[in-house]
Amino acid sequence: MNENLEELGNFISAKMAAGFLGSTFVNGELTIMVSRESIPRVCKFLRDDARCRFEVLIDICGVDWPGRENRFDVVYHLLSPRINQRIRVKLETNEMTPVPSIVDVFSSANWMEREAYDMYGVLFSGHPDLRRILTDYGFDGHPLRKDFPLTGYWEVRYDDEKKRVVREPVALMQAYRTFDFESPWEGILPGDEKASGSEESDKPAGKT
Amino acid sequence: MAETEIRQFNINFGPQHPAAHGVLRLVLELDGEVIERVDPHIGLLHRGTEKLIENKTYLQGIGYFDRLDYVAPMNQEHAFCMAAEKLLGLGVPYRGQLIRVLYSEIGRILSHLLNVTTQAMDVGALTPPLWGFEEREKLMVFYERASGSRMHAKYFRIGGVHQDLPDQLVEDILNWCDPFLKVCDDIEGLLTNNRIFKQRNVDIGVVSLEDAFDWGFSGVMVRGCGAAWDLRKSQPYECYDEMEFDVPIGKNGDCYDRYLIRMEEMRQSIHIMKQCCERLLGEQGRGPCSAEDKKVVPPKRSEMKRSMEALIHHFKLYTEGIHVPKGEIYSCVEAPKGEFGVYLISDGSNKPYRCKIRAPGFAHLQAMDFLNRGHMLADVSAIIGSLDVVFGEIDR
Repeated sequence: MNENLEELGNFISAKMAAGFLGSTFVNGELTIMVSRESIPRVCKFLRDDARCRFEVLIDICGVDWPGRENRFDVVYHLLSPRINQRIRVKLETNEMTPVPSIVDVFSSANWMEREAYDMYGVLFSGHPDLRRILTDYGFDGHPLRKDFPLTGYWEVRYDDEKKRVVREPVALMQAYRTFDFESPWEGILPGDEKASGSEESDKPAGKT
Repeated sequence: MAETEIRQFNINFGPQHPAAHGVLRLVLELDGEVIERVDPHIGLLHRGTEKLIENKTYLQGIGYFDRLDYVAPMNQEHAFCMAAEKLLGLGVPYRGQLIRVLYSEIGRILSHLLNVTTQAMDVGALTPPLWGFEEREKLMVFYERASGSRMHAKYFRIGGVHQDLPDQLVEDILNWCDPFLKVCDDIEGLLTNNRIFKQRNVDIGVVSLEDAFDWGFSGVMVRGCGAAWDLRKSQPYECYDEMEFDVPIGKNGDCYDRYLIRMEEMRQSIHIMKQCCERLLGEQGRGPCSAEDKKVVPPKRSEMKRSMEALIHHFKLYTEGIHVPKGEIYSCVEAPKGEFGVYLISDGSNKPYRCKIRAPGFAHLQAMDFLNRGHMLADVSAIIGSLDVVFGEIDR
């Protein structure tokens, strides 16, 4: 089954000259990287080609890599019940550049793209109804971005005097504690601390 | 007679509606009693599970999966544990696999029992939930006896399961199986040929196979349309390839077919559970219930009393947790509601970098508009019932 998948990867890369940026085959999974503009064409090809028949769109999700120039990955998972294989399609984008929507190819992409927009702020052009989906009405920000704090910015509670729900900035009784578990001794033999002292000093200060 | 202006109705269905199966808000546009458009508003139970998992160690993360689809908790844990195990390259011993399969099937029955009986309640029958919940109670006791918790078990761990099962428990599960088949017959006796139940379900919410794939359906929703697609058969994980069971499929793709499939799947689950129990009690099922890798699986308490090394491992595993090698993986299981998947990206630290949860109900619910158009208002609750939605997993 895995050789077939690798072969399929070669086949797809041969067919998709423009917009195809590479493929990897790791852990028994095939991943192809494509350019942003080509995604509807790629999905259409993967769905309709007789050797692929990836007819089910399993999921669309965003991934945030804040250090990168194009900080978001958009990852599509497709499934072919016909040949019993899965494929992952990836592309890169940033906060400003919209990704062409694939709602025309897969109806199920509708909510999945809305979710990626809601969670990461990835824009999709040509989407019929790009509203927030999971967060509250009137929510501000994109919670799954790495620079969004875990505790959020606002909290809501019912105010008994005003007889309505009020929205206030988050006030924590106790500061949120992050524990740093990076072992300072990982990979160092006992009594050998001095030998790797130079590497240690590269790490940020304040570690225990 | 003077011409009257026809006015369309907009009504809110939920979020406080007993047939909405949780906190679903549907904005319905009606023409008389015929549905023109459905706009589901979800997210009222959004807890930011994915964000929380990114900030917790792998061990702490497992607990969040119980709270997704809270009617079949262990099936969700399974997907997450398998994802981490694949990245770690860790195998699960045979006994661990048997226990996992056994409890996954218990989860399937828990979920199907709840769904079938509440669907019956949505269309007016009150007895099935009472009969079904009695059995669910017994199954939850099995959960409790294995993990200490009736619902949020956190029993599946990376590398196996938390603690071994005593033989008495396995025997009790085995003894529960056959009487349950009788309960299935009883519930079917109330519903399958029931005139009202059939009137409310037959030819309601019909989906063709092409549409089902186009909308990303999985599980019972696909099998109802006639495709024999079951991940336990087609992409077997754990020891499902050794188990003998049938995959029931439907013909018409309507609510009634989906009900029939769920009833038959419960019987097949019993069949699998019996095989698991027999193997667990027999010679081939003996052995450790989780992997031997000391850097992943915490030591036993008795070992900690004697061995310094075990004590250090225990301390490190419960504070720092395990480091999962860099990489990405998609792992999925056939949960009772469909394909439940976890897309895990690890950056080599002790916390997942990204953990995307693929909930089957999310894809099913988004087809509400497509499924309901042209149906009557009363059919909405029948269709929601047969979609088998649980908001824990949809809103995440």
